[in-house]
Order: sequence, then C-alpha cells, then structure tokens
Amino acid sequence: MSGKSLFEKVWDDHIVIPESPANPAVLYIDLHLVHEVTTPQAFTLMREQGLPVRRTDLTLATLDHSTPTVPITGLDDLDRVTPPAQAKQIRQMVSNCADFGVELHGFDSDQRGIVHVIGPEIGATQPGKTIVCGDSHSSTHGAFGALAFGIGSTEVGHVLATQCLLQRKPKTMAINIEGRLPAGVTAKDIILATIGRIGVDGGTGHVIEFRGSTIRGLSMEERMTICNMTIEAGARAGMMAPDDTTVEFLAGRPQAPQGAAWDAAVTRWLSLPSDADATFDREIDIDISQLAPMVTFGTNPGMVVPVTEAVPADTGNLSFRQALDYMGLEPGQSMQGTRVDVVFIGSCTNSRLPDLRAAAQILRNRSIAKSVRMLVVPGSEIIKQQAEAEGLDKIFLAAGAEWREAGCSMCLGMNGDVLKPGQLCVSTSNRNFEGRQGVGGRTVLASPETAAASAVNGVITDPRTLL
Amino acid sequence: MEKLSHIHSQTVVLPQTDIDTDQIMPARFLTTTDKEGLGKALFSDWRYDGNGEPLPGFPLNQPGAATCKVLVAGNNFGCGSSREHAPWGLVDFGFRAVISTQFADIFRNNSLKNGLVPIIVDAETHTWLLSNPGAEVDIDVATATLTLPDGRKLAFPLDGFSQQCLLEGVDQLGYLLSKADQIDTFERERAWKP
Ligand code: SF4
Repeated sequence: MSGKSLFEKVWDDHIVIPESPANPAVLYIDLHLVHEVTTPQAFTLMREQGLPVRRTDLTLATLDHSTPTVPITGLDDLDRVTPPAQAKQIRQMVSNCADFGVELHGFDSDQRGIVHVIGPEIGATQPGKTIVCGDSHSSTHGAFGALAFGIGSTEVGHVLATQCLLQRKPKTMAINIEGRLPAGVTAKDIILATIGRIGVDGGTGHVIEFRGSTIRGLSMEERMTICNMTIEAGARAGMMAPDDTTVEFLAGRPQAPQGAAWDAAVTRWLSLPSDADATFDREIDIDISQLAPMVTFGTNPGMVVPVTEAVPADTGNLSFRQALDYMGLEPGQSMQGTRVDVVFIGSCTNSRLPDLRAAAQILRNRSIAKSVRMLVVPGSEIIKQQAEAEGLDKIFLAAGAEWREAGCSMCLGMNGDVLKPGQLCVSTSNRNFEGRQGVGGRTVLASPETAAASAVNGVITDPRTLL
Repeated sequence: MEKLSHIHSQTVVLPQTDIDTDQIMPARFLTTTDKEGLGKALFSDWRYDGNGEPLPGFPLNQPGAATCKVLVAGNNFGCGSSREHAPWGLVDFGFRAVISTQFADIFRNNSLKNGLVPIIVDAETHTWLLSNPGAEVDIDVATATLTLPDGRKLAFPLDGFSQQCLLEGVDQLGYLLSKADQIDTFERERAWKP
C-alpha cells in the first residue's frame, strides 16, 4: 500500500462517518469563517428551526465584502458612506453574531479585515485543520497545510448547526514547481501561469498539492497568494506541506497554541507532509526559471500571457471573441502600452504587508500617471497599521494613490468601490470576470509590482523596467 | 425545497464556455438578505441594456424562454464564486436543470441543495443540444436519465444521496442533525482539539 498524501492525512483525521456508496462522508470542520454576504440566509434558517450555533468557539466572523473602505467612526456612521442594502446587510451580520454568540471582528475590532487575511494573521489558520467559509477563496488557508474550501450558504447553515459537512472525497493532483524565480517575477505570476497552463477547469474535482523546491523557498504570504487562486483553476482546494516557514509564521500569533500545546502541535504539524511514496491521481511539472510577469487579457484568469507578449491570435471560439470584445483588445495587440485608467492593489490575493512593500518600492520617489486613479486597500487593520508604521502610506499618498481602510473593496465592487463602464483596471485581485469590478469595467490581473509600474506609466508596464 | 422527480421542457441555450457565477448573478445583487426574487437579476449584465431594457437577442429574453425549465450551457458552467445566489436565481427564473459537459464543484453542490439538477452529457450530445435551442427534453430524476427528442435515453451521473434529497424534497441538514451522537463522540474522542 502506498503512503498517504497531505490531503489524505487531513481528510482521514476529520471523518465522523466514512462515506459509502449510498451516503457521503460526514466531515468535521475545525474552523468556520463567516462574513456578511453569504450568511444572512443561513442564520435565518437557524432561527426558523430554533437551532443554536454548535461551536461558537470554532466560528470566526468579520465584516469585509460590502464594507466601506473609507474611514467611519462606527456602525452609527455607516449610512453616511454606505448604500442602504449594504448597510442593512452589515447591521444584520452584527445582530446575527450577537444573537447567536459568535465573536465578530467588526468596526470596533483592531483585527477586522478580509476573512482570508485575518484567519492566518491571528493564528486561527493552522496546519491539519479543516477550514470552510461561504467564499471560494477559502483555498488560501491551504498554504498552511489545512484542508480549506468554499461552500454555499446552505452549507454555511450545516456547519453552524452541526460543525460538519456532507462530502464526497475529491481526487488529488500534484503540481511540482521547480526553478528559481527571476527578479521582478512573483508568486502571483506563478499561479497565473499555472492557471494558463491547466485551464480554469483544470483542477475540477481535485485537491491540488503544490510541491517542489520553488514552493519550499516561498514565504507564507507568497504561498497564500498561490493557494488563494487555486479555485481559479476550478480545484476543490489547494494545499502545501507545513514546514519550518509555516511554524515560524504561526509562532506567537494570538490564537496559536502556547507552551506545551505549541510543542505538541508543531510535532503533529510536521508529520503532515505527504509520505514519500504517496500517489496522486494526476501530476504536473512546471519550471518557472524562465517565467516573466504575467497579465490577463481576457475575462477569466486562464486567459493570460507574459506581459512582454501580445494578445493571442483569434481561435474562432465564441467565448474568446466575446472576451476580447469586452476587454476592447485585438488579437496580436501588444499588452505593454495598453492604456490603464485604474490600478487596484488589494484583495485576499495580494493585500498583505510584503505586497504593499513591493508596490511601494516601485512608487518610491515616483508619481502615478495623471490619468490614473489608484486605490491601495490593505487586507486587514493590522496590516494597515504595520504599513503606516513603515511609512508605506506616505509613499502611496505622495505618489498620488488613495490609501484606504481594510476590506474587499474593488475586488468585487460591492461596497461602492467600482470601475466605470469601459475603464481598464490593472488589479492585484483574483478575478477578471466581466463586470467583476463594476458593470462594464475591464480587469487585467497582475502582481503588485506590475500594477504599481502600470500606475506610474499609465499603460501596462513590465515592472522589471522600473526595478 | 419542492420534490423534483420529473422535468419535461424545451431548452434555452447559452453556448459560452466557462460561464462564471458573476455572470449568472452579479455581485451587486448579493446585498439581499433573502433568497427570493433573484430570477429578475439572473444574467443581468447579458440580459438588459444600460437602461434596464431587455436585450432582444439574448436567449432568456426570447418568447417562450420564461417557461423553459432546462438550460443548456457551454463547458465548465458555474465557475468562480461560491455564491448560492447563482442557483437561487436560476431556480427563481424557473430552471430545474442545467446541461453541460462539466460543472464547477461548488456550483454543482449548491445546485443540488436547491432543486436544480446539474446534468453532465458527452461532447457529442452537448454539441447537438447547443445547436438545437428549443429541443424538447425529458429528465427523470429517479432513474437519472435524460431523454432526447429522438427518443434516445442517456444516463447521467447523480450521487444517490443527492438524488434521494431531490426526490423527497428534503434539505440535507436533517440528516446531519440526526448524526448528533456520532458528532459528539468524534469531538470527545479525537486525538487533538482545534
Ligand atoms: S478580497 Fe475578493 S476574493 Fe477575497 S474574499 Fe474579498 S471579495 Fe472574495
């Protein structure tokens, strides 16, 4: 019998009732992250059925999706800056959490932020846990060797009520990434290139384990960027083996184990990596030693090219043509030099301190082009404070960018931070779907470096020319 | 959820591949705290012009579409966001089944919990259905079979548990709640505690 993969170890450790041909497995959930947009209907169901939240201590709530990123003094001040529907949703989240006894990182918490940023930041995200959220980018937490995936609102109700989910065991895929990252090329470029290679449905039905020397050399923030976008390849989850980098990141975080419990946890965590003889249903090798900064040209994250290249030739495919029409781009047109209206640095993909530092590095002693509007939105209040302590906010403001409060902001444009029809935005977020950043808005996904460089020149720019 | 055993309907066709849940239900409609009424917002940015007028060329706006229960869509339907507002909108519009060659995992899961049957067919059948909008099809949930206009019957994959939930019109929460004792035992006896 072959050894177990990281995924299989975590899966097996959480089986309350094994799956059978007739019934799916009952899988226990160690951490349930909740936010204001995908939970109202679940709380309503709980209320209708008179059910309590089974484990409030394993439930972590925040406000991020429809939350304003301009400063407000508190809930009472919400209506000044927030449309009524969003304000209602936020208030309902506050009262739902209060009624059901769930701790909420709301406007009065200095730990508020994007749900996938704060979980790791406060140390709630840990290796070997099962983590879910009514949000597909739950895959982010897999960077720690957790099994983390997105669920719908009905399943949010299942977890609130029973701390369990009904699941069929997914297949496994290993993506081996080897090579040294060239200067100016980032984890974002690795995952964009990977999605370009396997396609937006390449991972459907699979949990992907990212392996190889490149991954082992990455920081936790870089690993999170990669796992975050695993969902854009259609995968059920992305995972990476916990190692010393993981342990160092978690040491001393508020919700990480302490004392003897810490030592026991570290021993357990470091036993989780896939056994040497573990097998996967699929394996893919990717060499990134020649990788260039990547930019998307179409309306899904798989439509991606190196920034130095042109929009690919027309395939005759209806969706391809619709995508280029929507983007206002032509086959064969060079990506560099394409006019940029807005630059967005933020989202659970690229809003952590190293991302902000990388963007600031390019903007230091430079200004953004007059025609460009640039928003910098830190992933959490903690990151905001850290960035301000380093003076990054001053660099952004001096360059002509806006410096905001933490939240999802223009990643999905629910809070009023939106593009105008026809505007093109170079964005460090994760989805370039039609209308994602506002009706008629055009999104080009890229790294913080590429986004900042494009802001400076007012056109899509290879960041290596400004390093 | 209503019981669902049998669907007989003409099809509406959206041939685009990789239709994401942001197209099915744009984020600005996610501010609702209910499930009802989302059918009006379904495919909003493809369906209406800037003034909110229906675009006549869009398949869902064509005569008869409002009574169709079956949507045929390009490969990898429902990718992207986990928003259950996507199947809520499809069901509210009147759809009870979507046919494609592949569905995104979270969308498929969400659909099955809302009385919307995701049906995977082979490429050849798919191509035929894409090029024959309005085809009259028959879907039998109890046997997981799709019958085409020429009488040809195709079996489609449907997990037995989800099938039972569709047929009986029950949510899976009741099943999970009935396992409370085993969940208690698991929590008590596991080797480490989160
Ligand atoms: S930042 Fe964007 S992708 Fe991340 S949780 Fe918020 S809306 Fe979702």
